[in-house]
Amino acid sequence: MSTGVTEKTQKTIGGIRRTFAPWNDPQAVPLIRYKNVTKRFGEFVAVDNLSLDIYEREFFALLGPSGCGKTTLMRMLAGFEDPTEGQITLAGQDLVGTPPYKRQTNMMFQSYALFPHMTVWDNIAFGLKQDRMEKGAIDARVEEMLKLVKLEKFAKRKPHQLSGGQRQRVALARSLAKRPKVLLLDEPLGALDKKLREETQFELMDIQMELGMTFLIVTHDQEEAMTVADRIAVMNHGKLVQVDQPAVIYEHPNSRYVADFVGDVNILDATVETVEPGMVTLRPVAAPERRFRIAQDCAAKPGDTVAIALRPEKMRVELDPPADTNVNCVQGEIWDIGYLGDLSIYHVELPGGVRVKAAKPNLTRMVERPITWDDKVYVYFSPDAGVVLTS
Amino acid sequence: MASKATGRWLVLAVPYLWLLALFLVPFLIVFKISLSQDAIAQPPYLPTFDLSEGWAAFKEAFAELSFENYGYVLSWDNEFIEAYGSSLWIAGISTILLLMVGYPIAYGMARAPKSIRPTLLMLVILPFWTSFLIRVYAWIGILSPEGLLNQLLFALGIIGRDTPLQILNTDTAVYIGIVYSYLPFMILPLYAALEKMDETLLEAAADLGCPPLAAFWKITWPLSLPGVFAGCLLCFIPAVGEFVIPDLLGGSDTLMIGKVLWTEFSVNRSWTVSSAVAVLLLLVLVIPIVFYQNLQAREVERR
Repeated sequence: MSTGVTEKTQKTIGGIRRTFAPWNDPQAVPLIRYKNVTKRFGEFVAVDNLSLDIYEREFFALLGPSGCGKTTLMRMLAGFEDPTEGQITLAGQDLVGTPPYKRQTNMMFQSYALFPHMTVWDNIAFGLKQDRMEKGAIDARVEEMLKLVKLEKFAKRKPHQLSGGQRQRVALARSLAKRPKVLLLDEPLGALDKKLREETQFELMDIQMELGMTFLIVTHDQEEAMTVADRIAVMNHGKLVQVDQPAVIYEHPNSRYVADFVGDVNILDATVETVEPGMVTLRPVAAPERRFRIAQDCAAKPGDTVAIALRPEKMRVELDPPADTNVNCVQGEIWDIGYLGDLSIYHVELPGGVRVKAAKPNLTRMVERPITWDDKVYVYFSPDAGVVLTS
Repeated sequence: MASKATGRWLVLAVPYLWLLALFLVPFLIVFKISLSQDAIAQPPYLPTFDLSEGWAAFKEAFAELSFENYGYVLSWDNEFIEAYGSSLWIAGISTILLLMVGYPIAYGMARAPKSIRPTLLMLVILPFWTSFLIRVYAWIGILSPEGLLNQLLFALGIIGRDTPLQILNTDTAVYIGIVYSYLPFMILPLYAALEKMDETLLEAAADLGCPPLAAFWKITWPLSLPGVFAGCLLCFIPAVGEFVIPDLLGGSDTLMIGKVLWTEFSVNRSWTVSSAVAVLLLLVLVIPIVFYQNLQAREVERR
């Protein structure tokens, strides 16, 4: 789907995306700073002594299961909740105590919260009218927003006369119209079907690039976070577990929780045997006669019990054994097969009863796959496929 | 399929039969009486239709019907038109007062924690447990010169014992009585409208730079208008024809059509004029009812 992005920006997006990393620049001043923020609702601690910096023009995702505090964190920035302790600053200004209607943030609500008695036009113009912008400027801005979300023809409609996708666009246009310093997106695509959601994710990224705004998105959908965000913060129980770029989060999760929450993963318990620079040798609990060698610097000591995270797509499942069956290889029986079209996921039961998942791309159109139920197979992987997790 | 269609027809027929038997037929009887003449007879009007006397007699009786009573009621010399006007005025003012009192109550209820809303609703309906008549009588005890209100004000030293507030038997007492008695009918539709409003809309308004009071007028008020209209009509229509409250609490100069109708019927024993008054009252009220129906139709269309 084409977007309202000009050709010039389109060409430079790649360049900007590749070099954009203000979080690595010690000189860079964050736009949003959460400093030791705690939020309690009665006994319940929603956000627990959390500090986080978000930079200008960043597309930042808060990812976590429901109840992890991500929405509360966002609502504190919008002003709907005040932190119990700590400080939140936006462009150097302390926000605590500033009511929402005086903050330079705008939010796109999960339910869209469109005003049902107003037309699309009036919905988008609502915030501009609050700023007592002059009529001509309001008209021009609303036109621009309608064009951006491609709803020019729907200006006179009421929200109930629009489809879900169109409403979502009105909500986006309304929240962008005031050119906020930060746009907050609360599960913005949750109500859309999968196809529309994927299209809209790319549109959101293009709009963010074109307008040069800072976007903060809250989502429980890890694919969505990975697609749109420059950086992701994975949250659990009101704390940040890991904050990093999507690829780092996925390939180098810092904990069992992150590895498990982001993407599909096999987590195998193992005992550390030897630790060398850049290489760890482990004895997996599920197959103690074999050895795993993982290419990684590791702080664990020999004898420690750790977890190994292995992504299914990095595991090979074959009927024939690899060259060396003693290292990074286990043997088992096919327990179940999930055919997804592009991939098949093979669930392999190891002799001890532990099951691992391995994905295999379906490279041919053969309906009869060579590997089937109850086959004895080898599952193996290269030393740089796994991650040793000590927490 | 045939039985299904019959079933549907039966379901639809029930309300129509109900209206036919309990509204249209009585209305036609009243309308017929309004076209008759007073007579010293049992019943006290003429002509009476007696089908046993044959078709010719029926036609003869029919020819005797006239709109004479309507001319009498609508004549400026008699005080009926004044009574209609005064009733509409008192009902109108009462409705505005009801809205001013009821809206904040309904708003507070709709914004109260979910767990206590059923209790609040119960409290609004609770007065219905006591007879309407008794509750109006109770106001006499409160508003009379020796009543509770005056005693309280005297005890507080606000008024002197020899200068009690004259509220009973004035229009003020009628307003108090109507506002008190009809309040649940105003609160309930308002509450229904306010309670289903999505509170995120107010967050969205605040987020877009709208302070709370402005957000009320721009979001909450327009979205509650269906409830406002429903509540106003539910109060206004019966208030116009109200008899008990002006009779018990109002003064001799409180002019309301319900009271006039009662006087015509029971004191002057003129069934025909009181019927004409009733039919005209219905016509006066049909206008707001039709207005309300239109509004409801538009509301349904909007969804």
